Amino acid sequence: MQDIAGSLALALRLVAGGDPELWSIVALSLEVSLASALLACALGLPLGALVAVREFPGRRGLVVMLNALLGLPSVVVGLVVYLLLSRAGPLGSMGILFTPGAIVIAQTILVIPLVAALSRQFVEDAWLEYREQLTSLGVTPLRAVPTMLVDLRIPLLTVALAGFGRAASEVGAVMIVGGNIEGVTRVMTTTIALETSKGDLPLALALGVILLAIVVSLNALAYGLREWAVKRHG
Amino acid sequence: MAEPSQRSEMFPLEARAITVRLGGHTALDRVDLTLDGRRRIVVLGANGAGKSVLLRTLHGLIAPTSGTLEWACSSVRPADQAMVFQRPVLLRRTALANIDYALAVNGVGEVERETRAREAIERVGLAAVAGRQARVLSGGEQQRLALARAWSLRPRLMFLDEPTASLDPFAAAEVERVIAEIHAAGTAIVLSTHVLGFARRIADEIVFIHEGRVVERTPADRFFTRPQTMEAARFLKGELPWNGIAPSPVA
Repeated sequence: MQDIAGSLALALRLVAGGDPELWSIVALSLEVSLASALLACALGLPLGALVAVREFPGRRGLVVMLNALLGLPSVVVGLVVYLLLSRAGPLGSMGILFTPGAIVIAQTILVIPLVAALSRQFVEDAWLEYREQLTSLGVTPLRAVPTMLVDLRIPLLTVALAGFGRAASEVGAVMIVGGNIEGVTRVMTTTIALETSKGDLPLALALGVILLAIVVSLNALAYGLREWAVKRHG
Repeated sequence: MAEPSQRSEMFPLEARAITVRLGGHTALDRVDLTLDGRRRIVVLGANGAGKSVLLRTLHGLIAPTSGTLEWACSSVRPADQAMVFQRPVLLRRTALANIDYALAVNGVGEVERETRAREAIERVGLAAVAGRQARVLSGGEQQRLALARAWSLRPRLMFLDEPTASLDPFAAAEVERVIAEIHAAGTAIVLSTHVLGFARRIADEIVFIHEGRVVERTPADRFFTRPQTMEAARFLKGELPWNGIAPSPVA
């Protein structure tokens, strides 16, 4: 247990001093996480809303599945994506294993169930109130999907932020498909894991502080948005 | 809005022996009803008598468990009819955009939408708040906006389910004025309420419903002076105010 205070001081100096290695890691983390969150929302939000407003055979099964996928073990996702993208795998010809693209794919797969399950819950609750009115106006379930997504944009934005948080804090799958290659696929979480095991605490701590700050600011942003929306939209 | 669209003739609407069972409870029991689309019909009855279910069934939101519902134009749910609910659901956008949305869903082109939405919002006296967020309007304004939204679709028949029940007397009077205007402009009205004064002012004809059955249909002036059935007479005397409190053979 070398002195934690010393490490922390060094970490804060790294953050304040604008250490280029540190910030390139942070930038890559934010890029891949933002890309995954956007992709996951593009697929997960309409999926969640569709399941909420539409009756179809197998709907219950799909809901259970979506909820179960929330607990998807990330290393398993990493392993599957690894097998798909590895040279002998079906998508091996793309040659993107151990690149940021592979990280985006793995994170997107992990975030989609979160976005879909949360948005389904929000839309389904609201649909109880909207269904008769929209049906009366001649709105078909398919048309209701974008309507509900637009009308519930504020709670759904918090869903998107949660998705981003989930992507940014992911380690296992990212380690497997990214490979934690310095300057290429090294993101905050995998660096923290590596540096901690190497005993280089200042860099790990500095990244930990930044990651925490990002997660806290996202939550503050979500909270502020809700407050603002309630005031504006009632 | 003065002239409802002249598409294929939709009236009469013939409901024959309509029964609606909801969760083991018979909400409507072999109801026969013909609407010719000319008069203002008020569906009266105690709470829980089946007024809302009747309107929703005629409008096409609830499928009858048995019986038939036939429009002259043989469509299941003609677009020429609209419904306004006790508590309107407005979208989180401006008042005007709420009307625009309904028109867009019904395939009205962009230029015409703008004209019709503005016209509708003026007719209900909400032009001043057209750009405000719909959900921050007062209850009465929200209900008038819902009326404008339904009216903009130029329905030939409008169902109104307890349109003033959640409103204070002043707001209710405003809503009543708009409903009278909608009818004057050529739209038939089928309205449910349990407020006798409101029914008296607006109805040409009363359909009285008791425990899911239409027990009488009488011109309004005669209904209030000489009701045909004992149930209606008791309702008018205030002896059937709330289902469950009044003695009922089913309960």
